[in-house]
Amino acid sequence: MPSDTPQFEERGGWGQRVINFLHGNPTVIPLLVLVIGLAIFSMIVGKRFFHPFNLSLVLQQVTVIGMLALAQTLIILTAGIDLSVGAIMVLASVVMGQLALTYGWPPELALVAGIAAGGICGALNGLFITLLRLPPFIVTLGTWSIFNAVVQFWSGGQTIRQQEIAATAPILQWTGTAMQVGAARLTLGSILMLGLAVFLWYMLNRTAYGRHIYATGNDAEAARLSGINTRRVLFSVYLLAGGICGVAGWVLIGRIGAVSPLGGASANLDSITAVVIGGTSLFGGRGSILGTLIGALIVGFFRNGLALAGLDVLWQEFTIGCLIIMAVGFDQWLRRIAA
Amino acid sequence: MTPILSARDLRKSYGRVVAMDGVDFDLYPGEILGVIGDNGAGKSSMIRALAGALRPDSGEIRLNGEPVRFTSPMDARAKGIETVFQTLAMAPALTIVDNLFLGREYRKPGLRGSLFRMLDRGRMRAEARKHLSDLGLATIQNIDQVVETLSGGQRQGVAVARACAFGSRVVILDEPTAALGVKESRKVLDLIRDVRSRGISIVLISHNMPHVFEIADRVHIHRLGRRIAQVEPSQISMSDAVAIMTGAMQPPPNSISQEP
Repeated sequence: MPSDTPQFEERGGWGQRVINFLHGNPTVIPLLVLVIGLAIFSMIVGKRFFHPFNLSLVLQQVTVIGMLALAQTLIILTAGIDLSVGAIMVLASVVMGQLALTYGWPPELALVAGIAAGGICGALNGLFITLLRLPPFIVTLGTWSIFNAVVQFWSGGQTIRQQEIAATAPILQWTGTAMQVGAARLTLGSILMLGLAVFLWYMLNRTAYGRHIYATGNDAEAARLSGINTRRVLFSVYLLAGGICGVAGWVLIGRIGAVSPLGGASANLDSITAVVIGGTSLFGGRGSILGTLIGALIVGFFRNGLALAGLDVLWQEFTIGCLIIMAVGFDQWLRRIAA
Repeated sequence: MTPILSARDLRKSYGRVVAMDGVDFDLYPGEILGVIGDNGAGKSSMIRALAGALRPDSGEIRLNGEPVRFTSPMDARAKGIETVFQTLAMAPALTIVDNLFLGREYRKPGLRGSLFRMLDRGRMRAEARKHLSDLGLATIQNIDQVVETLSGGQRQGVAVARACAFGSRVVILDEPTAALGVKESRKVLDLIRDVRSRGISIVLISHNMPHVFEIADRVHIHRLGRRIAQVEPSQISMSDAVAIMTGAMQPPPNSISQEP
């Protein structure tokens, strides 16, 4: 290399290298938390904890929230937030149940209509946010109420019972079908959730669209100047998230067997919890699908482990709260020292 | 000689505020043109118009003598005009490669690209490495490093590399040394000379007079929404240039019609 060309030294040092590594691999910390948590619980609880049946039980428990958390990850990556994911999920399940049972639609068509309803709800959020330029927090707080009201209005507050669905539209319960793998019970809903995670991982990391989602959340102005249509990216993300919530509605029916207008009351915040504990930054542009899966598993295993250890439910809430604050604190610290 | 990029009588006003009051502009092939002017003189508006980020109310922009009309930065970019904005327009949490190709990623050939939309990371990596080492930035070894872990000078280097990477004819640099220390500024100035030696014409907007006078072939002086003079750094002192810029001194005669 000619000597008169400009040279830039690498900013070096051991600490800097660790920070660079954490920047490039933000999932390492939640993974560490999961592994340490598993180790501690297996010591306290013993063999029961690692029994395949218990492990698959936790997976079943986190499937619905995991699904919503996947949708929430996309939105938080764009520096947005969606408080209505749980409401969209319930709305989709009510649409499926009502159309199939009350209105006598073919169950397959009712299923598609339910997922489409989720997409429409998401598109509505997206329109308010991109066209009217309203903050996502306020928009989805509003639509959360609106979707809830629609659910109550349309279902009349009535639960559609398991037996009725099994008789008329068993396809709606398909996601609850369990397969016995050794001592573990895997539901089709869990497999659907994991399959969706693989798809979203591919989309975010291996396609230009995925890179644009990160760039839009990281620095919207920079993304715009680089030629990215940021409003289209934002709208499509809310639309896609709505559709995923629609699918989650199907998984919800499989999980509880019935269509209940009251399900998923805490699901909005639980999905955000999983995303944040999974290391995705609420400020956008930083995080991963794998992190969210790990985040959902951390919540699931901590609840399960604490319950098996015989502690009161309130300690589960307490621990999850501590994890959230630690996760956000770590994200802040990482951003500050890098600036 | 035909200017590679020129503008005649550009006008733009926002209500009563006149940002461009009949701006003329000429950039000749292979030169570094410094642009100086007081804050609020309308330099940015002119640059944004040339970069396609602002649509003038009236006036004409010509590229190689051909009239052009830019409706977005994409238009200007497609014609080979790249701009390094003062904010650098990079996503700090993305890697160097991601940023270099942001908004114009390569996809894999065949079905993997067309149906599965798969990025051709190997090709982007190889080209990124080549562009960086062409500009002597090969010491940035890890191109998968996220941009926010780079120093200010390195970031500027990556932004300049991105501008040069896409076969541009013109690179516009907005205050490239404003946020840098003495040592890093020097490297960026060397980098700018390097880019010019590859036949790319450069517009350098800067408040730093010593930097402008050191590397510019000609200097465009902006005052009150228009070009008030064009001077050669060897023919005029720095303090006179500042005096013209602030209106304390009349520009020398014939200073507008100057060609290199």
